[in-house]
Amino acid sequence: MGVEGIGARVTRKEDKRFLTGKGRYTDDMTVPGMKYAYFIRSPHAHARIKGIDKSAALSMPGVIAVLDGKELKADGIGNLICGWMIHSKDGSPMKMGAWRPLADETVRYVGDAVAIVVADSMGEARDAAEAVSVDYDVLPAVISSVDTLKPGAPQLHPEAPNNLIFDWEIGDSAAADAALASAAHVTEMEIINNRLSPNPMEPRAALGIYDEAEDHYTCYTTSQNPHVARLVMSAFYNVAPEHKLRVIAPDVGGGFGSKIYIYPEEIVCLWASKKTGVPVKWTADRTEAFLTDAHGRDHVTKVKLGFDKDHRITGLKVDTIANLGAYMSLFSSVTPTYLHATLFSGQYVIPAIHANVRAVYTNTTPVDAYRGAGRPEATYVLERLMETAARELGVSPAELRRKNFITTFPYQTPVILTYDAGDYAASLDAAMKAADWDGFPARRAESEKRGMKRGIGMSCYIEACGIAPSAAVGSLGSGVGLWESAEVRVNAVGTIEVLTGSHSHGQGHETTFAQLVADRLGVPMDSVAIVHGDTDKVQMGMGTYGSRSGAVGMSAIVKALDKVEAKAKKIAAHLMEADESDIVVENGTLKVAGTDKSLPWFQVALAAYTAHNLPAGMEPGLKEGAFYDPSNFTFPAGCYICEVEVDPETGKTHIVQFVAADDFGNIINPMIVEGQVHGGIAQGVGQALLEGVHYDTSTGQLLTASYMDYAMPRADDLPSFQVSHQCTPSPSNPLGIKGCGEAGAIGSPPAVINAITDAIGNNDLTMPATPQKVWAALNAAR
Amino acid sequence: MAKVTLTVNGRTVSGDCEDRTLLVHFIREKLGLTGTHVGCDTNQCGACVVHMDGKSVKSCSILAVQASGSSITTIEGLAQNGEMHPVQAAFKDNHGLQCGFCTPGMVMTAVDLINRHGNSLTEETVRAGLEGNICRCTGYHNIVKAVLSAAAEMGTARQAAE
Ligand code: FES
Ligand code: FES
Repeated sequence: MGVEGIGARVTRKEDKRFLTGKGRYTDDMTVPGMKYAYFIRSPHAHARIKGIDKSAALSMPGVIAVLDGKELKADGIGNLICGWMIHSKDGSPMKMGAWRPLADETVRYVGDAVAIVVADSMGEARDAAEAVSVDYDVLPAVISSVDTLKPGAPQLHPEAPNNLIFDWEIGDSAAADAALASAAHVTEMEIINNRLSPNPMEPRAALGIYDEAEDHYTCYTTSQNPHVARLVMSAFYNVAPEHKLRVIAPDVGGGFGSKIYIYPEEIVCLWASKKTGVPVKWTADRTEAFLTDAHGRDHVTKVKLGFDKDHRITGLKVDTIANLGAYMSLFSSVTPTYLHATLFSGQYVIPAIHANVRAVYTNTTPVDAYRGAGRPEATYVLERLMETAARELGVSPAELRRKNFITTFPYQTPVILTYDAGDYAASLDAAMKAADWDGFPARRAESEKRGMKRGIGMSCYIEACGIAPSAAVGSLGSGVGLWESAEVRVNAVGTIEVLTGSHSHGQGHETTFAQLVADRLGVPMDSVAIVHGDTDKVQMGMGTYGSRSGAVGMSAIVKALDKVEAKAKKIAAHLMEADESDIVVENGTLKVAGTDKSLPWFQVALAAYTAHNLPAGMEPGLKEGAFYDPSNFTFPAGCYICEVEVDPETGKTHIVQFVAADDFGNIINPMIVEGQVHGGIAQGVGQALLEGVHYDTSTGQLLTASYMDYAMPRADDLPSFQVSHQCTPSPSNPLGIKGCGEAGAIGSPPAVINAITDAIGNNDLTMPATPQKVWAALNAAR
Repeated sequence: MAKVTLTVNGRTVSGDCEDRTLLVHFIREKLGLTGTHVGCDTNQCGACVVHMDGKSVKSCSILAVQASGSSITTIEGLAQNGEMHPVQAAFKDNHGLQCGFCTPGMVMTAVDLINRHGNSLTEETVRAGLEGNICRCTGYHNIVKAVLSAAAEMGTARQAAE
């Protein structure tokens, strides 16, 4: 490993601009003539719009226009769609209700957009919005995913009778039933996965600019995948054809899934810019973010896990209801199905698995993928079950897991996936050692002396990242391919630009991708620039989510580098009159192996562009592109251990230590990977201890719509973490990378809850385990 | 309309704004200093922290007119002669930032924290001191490391100067 190459802890190239206030986020953009949009949103969870009176607002100072859903429809702007088709077990396609970017007839959740005001200043737009009077006929609303399926529940969409979107299954139901019937022990639970708000610190924003002379649109937006945004806005929403629409996602302040989707606001800002003839900018305030950013999780699951007399797992049966909110968001259908139920084998040999998932509409914010997306839900179910089973069977939770680990690879699970590589015992051992598992009884006794309740819990997670190949996801219903693209442009002076379809919104691609190039060609990282996030610069890409940028995005760069290197070697061989097969690339030079003949990289690049002396028939230039479509998913896995102390007087949980042992395959930059794990754990601990979206169940009002009411993890809620890596390289991509972005959020919630339930001696506890809930559970157990 | 005069990063600036304009909007929109961010509506995230007369304040919690006459330092004014402030450098060295959105407020808060507590900072006091700044990316682990390492370095520099 060089100082800058693969495996080095290189500090980040992008940091200077962020640290000096020179980051460029969407809300920082201003263009001449720019005006401000304010969205008028439904205050009701369910209502029919009877009329909109704009007259008072239109005469207010600074107001340019008040635009509504009828005008949007008249201009032919299409419905928002869900891009992954799921079929119910009876073969029928999912029941997708219409989602208008601006509601024109019915509103279905508090925050549903109804109209916009465009004005000279944000303040004037807000003032005028107050003066727009929308006449609503309020309808009954339903919030809970269980209630919405009951007879007589309010109905959301005519397309979806009984509010049921699909009733889907995977696995072998009869085999799972038989395995449970013959089991020596069955552990049975009902598990709720709490609804969360992703909360990237940068609120969503959009700036729509219509150029009348060119009939061309530009959209600055807070997106994790600007190319997908352009594709969807062109192909489905009828905003503009792709060659007339440029989408730029500049610096983006975190996403965690919530910025994958194409929301009403960017569509409406683009349309409004044409309508009004001025550039239109909208920036969410935090309450709008709580109301309208796609939420995550919200599963209710009944589950049974069977064991034989030797404590080997015989079968698993899962029944989940997934709340998708008022509309189907872009990838909402795949999150509780293929990203969730395919993970139910966990790290274990489970001969028979069956999972049933019903997705339902409710009068709540749409729900979609949030960091981990389905995999945290599956892991939480399985890892609470394993811990509970160990307690019921009176055996060590570590040894029960170890006994059931998958140890030979490739391993075909009963739920589609084929795990390619892993060593689950290695992570378990590393975590137990780091946590001093054996010393726990003494620590517990010491806590006991101080009147505190100490507990320890673990979780062994697996996840599937870099979803692929495209043909396989297509056969499962995906509307898009999940490859990635890259272009490597070598300039005549030898410096390099890498254009990637991945998008960095905190992941540090400008550094890690440059490390890859530096490692491969031996050129300094400073001479490599990473270009991303602009559909005018990068031809096409699928963006960053699902921990795919390393495994898929970097593999595309490797493919393009292969081609660049091959051409450079041909040129060098020609110039040095050597055989092409004798040329090696070392430390920024091309050498003839076994001789002292060499050419610096820049001279070969220059030769490619002067084209004075190239091999016969070779085109000038040194620039190559590649599309990479992986052969399989990758399977990061690991073991997390959490140790807590609970104050029995207050129910407050204090995390004494948190250990993470992860196998991400090969790692480009350990510093950045550790940072991803830290952040993921913080979100998982947030889910376990603090965070939860709450609605008033009678009115559908969002009760947790600000940081006063939604408890974000803060610095003093968290400990420092102990992180280590084990490594079984992924055989499914050239770099052996597995992906690390989501593991922390997937593995940590069950570890925390298992630790608390261990401390208080009561397994009946839901997330978030607030002091009040823990205190009540502790006292119920007494 | 109100007239506001401020010293910002050492330069005197003045401008007109609506009475209700918050300091953060004045800084971002009138002065074009977009390093100071807005992350919430309830004075809780700390993305907007600047220094006013040497003390950290959430610039979304005061009106621009209230700040008139004061001396403001924003994140853009922290580095001197192209050299990053030790806290900025420590954030880079310790990977204390990911998406960078919370970072300006986090750094400004950290500088004030170190100025007030110096070498007596511990992990616990740093965590307590950063309670008003929310970061969604880093889990705070490396931010805490960065602040402690900057405090140690600035303490050593101060001792050497004495
Ligand atoms: S914007 Fe000032 S505290 Fe959030
Ligand atoms: S670095 Fe993204 S919010 Fe802190």
